[in-house]
Amino acid sequence: MLTLKSVHTYYGNIHALKGVSLHVNQGEIVTLIGANGAGKTTVLNTISAITPASRGSIAFEGQDITRMPAEQIVRCGISHVPEGRKIFATLSLRDNLEMGGFIRRNRGDVLADMEYFKEKFPILAGRWNQMAGTLSGGEQQVLAITRALMARPKLLILDEPSMGLSPLLVKETFKIIKTLREEGTTILLIEQNARAALHIADRGYVLETGKMVLQGKCQMLLEHNEVKRAYLGKGYREVWED
Amino acid sequence: MTKITLTGQLIQYLFTGVTVGSIYAMVAVGFNIIYNVTDIINFAQGEFVMLGGLIMVFFTVTAKLPLPLAFVLTVAAVTGVGVLMERFTINPLKNASVLTMIIVTIAVSILFKGIAMFVWGKDPYIFPPFSGSKPLFFYGAAIQTQALWVLFMTAVMVVLMTIFYKKTRYGKAMLACADNPEAARLVGIKVNIMILISFALSAAIGAVAGAVITPISLMEYDRGALLALKGFGAAVLGGLGSFYGAVVAGIFLGIIESMCAGLVSSGYKDAVALILLLLVLYVRPSGLFGNVEASKIKEF
Repeated sequence: MLTLKSVHTYYGNIHALKGVSLHVNQGEIVTLIGANGAGKTTVLNTISAITPASRGSIAFEGQDITRMPAEQIVRCGISHVPEGRKIFATLSLRDNLEMGGFIRRNRGDVLADMEYFKEKFPILAGRWNQMAGTLSGGEQQVLAITRALMARPKLLILDEPSMGLSPLLVKETFKIIKTLREEGTTILLIEQNARAALHIADRGYVLETGKMVLQGKCQMLLEHNEVKRAYLGKGYREVWED
Repeated sequence: MTKITLTGQLIQYLFTGVTVGSIYAMVAVGFNIIYNVTDIINFAQGEFVMLGGLIMVFFTVTAKLPLPLAFVLTVAAVTGVGVLMERFTINPLKNASVLTMIIVTIAVSILFKGIAMFVWGKDPYIFPPFSGSKPLFFYGAAIQTQALWVLFMTAVMVVLMTIFYKKTRYGKAMLACADNPEAARLVGIKVNIMILISFALSAAIGAVAGAVITPISLMEYDRGALLALKGFGAAVLGGLGSFYGAVVAGIFLGIIESMCAGLVSSGYKDAVALILLLLVLYVRPSGLFGNVEASKIKEF
């Protein structure tokens, strides 16, 4: 569905991605893990053209999207929930969702979807006409994901959906991600909580200073000694396992 | 001859102030529309008003077109100028800094001024008021009917812009761009189209301001700079980016100016705007209605 071939990206003079290749198949949840600064967010931003690739190629459903601007990529069916949520803080919840459906021509469908999400996520319904900036972190995360879903994406890209959330809300967020997969949305996820990410995903990639160093089924990665040591932490079971 | 009373005078000053203030408000709103989407202060904003006035003179006096038609054509023409300005000066500057683009707008304002001087010369122009020059008397104050037109057009502008921002898809998209350009792109809003719309809207509002004020205050090629300065003062006073703040601050500035001119000395009239601007920048840089946090994040 999505294929990156030896993609290089620069942040000003910083060579952030040094030949990253990855693919995401239809219906999968794929996760990227790696230390802070390894370039996880840059991979996502490169896919959605917030920081365009300078070399390499990106294809989505057989179409080359490497040189496509961000506002066009979402029209191809890729919705990106960016790092730090980036909701429209001064717009109402309602308008945030309406803007999520900006690319869709049929206004009736957009309004119907808004009603659908309003019912599905009661925490949004209660504050429908409030400014989104007044929401708590968890509510903003739900809003950000819902806004992205309003575009009816084929592929949803999530950048650290659990960042800054309480453990309870983290669970809630992961529940949403699971339901989305069951509904058939393909997901590319990065998560600082590598263990949780590997548990929910089908396959994972390990990124180190702008290069992919390891990839495989999540089960394999969870048992990989190097991954355990570097990203899962010693004795992680005691802390995280229910 | 009616006796001039103090109440009459005060009403007179107040009314003049509100009229002039409405024009400042429109200029300030024009600044904000562009600033919100781009972070640029468009220094050619005053030139839109000047062009609005002079093109209106051309259509009514020179071409002798009926007033409503002349008005529509004027607004269309200046909107076109705004669109061309964006396409040829702002849009080609990919990844330029905000400061660079602001300097470009200064260059464009000088260009517009030069062209206007070349076309119309240095003399001030006027055309007859929309509905006759017979003033209305109100508690001893003489009120020009054209001033009522100014207020009416300002009110229309406020209502239309409110509907645009609150109800239309593109209006909301513009607010979304102002709020978070990156997120706006991610949901598929074409930011460069929004910038184009913002220039078109600002130019249109400038044209309306120029077209309604010219019968009262005349218009010449170099009027733009001072109007831009006053409008900028109003925009800062109201809080850069705040729509209602700009309207209220513009009218407030007009009233203060007019009171100062009437009660103290008209020589200090223009200084008032600048003193107010300085005071606001010292005491409350976010402006009266501005968002304190937002003003810290923005570059200017």
